Amino acid sequence: MSTFLSFAFAAVLAATPLLFGALGEILTEKSGNLNLGVEGMMFMGGVAGLAGTYYYEKAVGEPNAIVSIVIGLVCAFLCAAFGALIYSVLTITFRANQNVTGLALTTFGTGFGNFFGEVMGNAAGGYVSVGAVTKAAFNDGIPYLEDLPVVGKLLFSYNFLVYLAAACTVILAYFLFKTKAGLNLRAVGENPATADAAGINVTLYKYLATCIGGGICGLGGLYIVMNSANGTGGVWVYNSISGYGWLAVAIVIFCTWSPGKAVLCSLIVGALTVIRYYYPLSFIPAAIYEIFPYIATVVVLIAIIFRKKKNNLPPSSLGLAYFREER
Amino acid sequence: MSAEGIKKEPLVRIAKRPELTKKKAALVKFSSIIMALFIGGLLILVLGHNPFAVYADMVKGSLIGKISLTATAKIAVPLLGAALAIAPAFKMKFWNCGAEGQITVGAIAATYFALYQYQNLPRPVLIVVMFVSAAIIGGFWGLIPAFFKAKWGTNETLFTLMLNYIAIGCVKYLRLGPWMEQGQMFPKIAMFKPEARLPDVFGVHIGWIMVLVLVFVIYIYMTKTKHGYEIAVVGESISTARYSGMNVKKIIMRTMFLSGAIAGTVGCMIVSGSNYTLSDGVANGYGFTAIVVAWLAKLNPFVMVFISVFLAVLKKGANTIQTDFGIPASASDVLTGLILLSMLASEFFINYRLVFRSKNKEVAK
Repeated sequence: MSTFLSFAFAAVLAATPLLFGALGEILTEKSGNLNLGVEGMMFMGGVAGLAGTYYYEKAVGEPNAIVSIVIGLVCAFLCAAFGALIYSVLTITFRANQNVTGLALTTFGTGFGNFFGEVMGNAAGGYVSVGAVTKAAFNDGIPYLEDLPVVGKLLFSYNFLVYLAAACTVILAYFLFKTKAGLNLRAVGENPATADAAGINVTLYKYLATCIGGGICGLGGLYIVMNSANGTGGVWVYNSISGYGWLAVAIVIFCTWSPGKAVLCSLIVGALTVIRYYYPLSFIPAAIYEIFPYIATVVVLIAIIFRKKKNNLPPSSLGLAYFREER
Repeated sequence: MSAEGIKKEPLVRIAKRPELTKKKAALVKFSSIIMALFIGGLLILVLGHNPFAVYADMVKGSLIGKISLTATAKIAVPLLGAALAIAPAFKMKFWNCGAEGQITVGAIAATYFALYQYQNLPRPVLIVVMFVSAAIIGGFWGLIPAFFKAKWGTNETLFTLMLNYIAIGCVKYLRLGPWMEQGQMFPKIAMFKPEARLPDVFGVHIGWIMVLVLVFVIYIYMTKTKHGYEIAVVGESISTARYSGMNVKKIIMRTMFLSGAIAGTVGCMIVSGSNYTLSDGVANGYGFTAIVVAWLAKLNPFVMVFISVFLAVLKKGANTIQTDFGIPASASDVLTGLILLSMLASEFFINYRLVFRSKNKEVAK
């Protein structure tokens, strides 16, 4: 039982960055923009959050955990949103191909993250690492509650970003399906010409959804950089975010653009990334265990072919640019 | 008339531009590269270095002297090869992001013969067998996503990406398991015997001659053959292709097999021409950068030659500035990304123009 408990705990930790990426991309795709730059934005958010907290700690000497958290979140969100803004200008205003622009953003963001991570590392004389206060702030569970037997570990011992991701899920689901703005956004993604005719500002909705979505993806990057469970723990590790962004894009497809189902899908993929530490099978080599999430993704990509329900389809205008003049 | 009564004409509006001359379009593209290098220069300035000195050092480190030139060529060759590999797929609007994996599996196939069959085959036969096996395995690796895309329309971008990670995982498995060299401190795969290495011509493995020949072959294939025409039609409109009686599924699968096969041979070139061993990072990002090359060249094989050399200069130059100035080598990725983004932006200025609100009306008011 205790193995299972630890496994479940680790699975939640591994699932959270994927969930951030998936939620951000759901918001983006609901506006009809297929932003394949999730990985790039995660890199940008991760390095910016690390830079923000690191320089804050250096500047004040005696850092405050709450301030550190806020600075980390804001920097990560803004930097990733800036990446999404580049994407938005190119695809929405400049009408560039969405696929290629997304791939370009991934190239740029990956380089951006590794470049500044190393620049900071060089300046710090080797590698960049946040202090104990920030590290604890991003990794500790809820005080007192986490000491409860059984439920304490499973429910209350995660870092605050896990709960933030859960809150984002609820907020996003509420926004998309219960508010007028959410309805407008979905209309933009389904049929921008009709939405435009109905008086919805298509360009504004697309810009906002893409940039905010990008910012949320960036929080996933921050999580990976700050989380000590995967060995980074406030240190920049070269290419540490590699692969997560693409898994997040895949999760968006599996979860049929539904924030609630995204939680489940992220948990499954997250569990697959850590299962080898808890249930090692001697006949499966470690290297093969590591590619489980990718194999599972391929299998699911094939399996969803047979999904034909109408409300499970992607937004109808996903990936298509909208030119008012070309109606 | 009240001011609120009439909505003002927007300050800037976008209008379609009549076709620009080739010269002007090239000028716009060129200036976009300058723009990207300028932004990169600002970045260098912020880091406290002189951008001109850094750029000059990049050029010097990548193009001056035989050693630098050889090293740059060794980057440009696989990059060009991979770009040629994905060109037919991209022409078909099949977003093959899997060149990385196709290179890797090709390298695995070649490595098998290099490690375990080198004593059984004469050298020319061995090298031919390595290339052919790499092409076949690479082709099949490309065929898998094509099959599912053709039959059921699965998302090829994600499928090919996932196959990259799977291919790299396979190398890791071989390196830590069956193919591990005995008696080494770090688990790695043995170096190739001289028989399994590609011969050099002018200091660079013969792969460079092969890719240059391939430039012509792909150009002719894409523009002068029936296959090339079919690829273009499928890329423009699958419905048109179907109505005109083309077997779309067959075209998709055939093209992706070809694409993967070329990428596979590139993998063989890397292991037997420059690395002389197989490692996890054998594809080294060439498969991804190749997407940039292919797109910037608008899928024109001749333009790809220049762009892959240009990006190779950036990559080799970035290694030089890392040693000389302590600027991380990832700078080449940042610059490549910047160039691609500004080239994408420049296409807008080639196809559209901005019309500012005319001054006359303001005077009239």
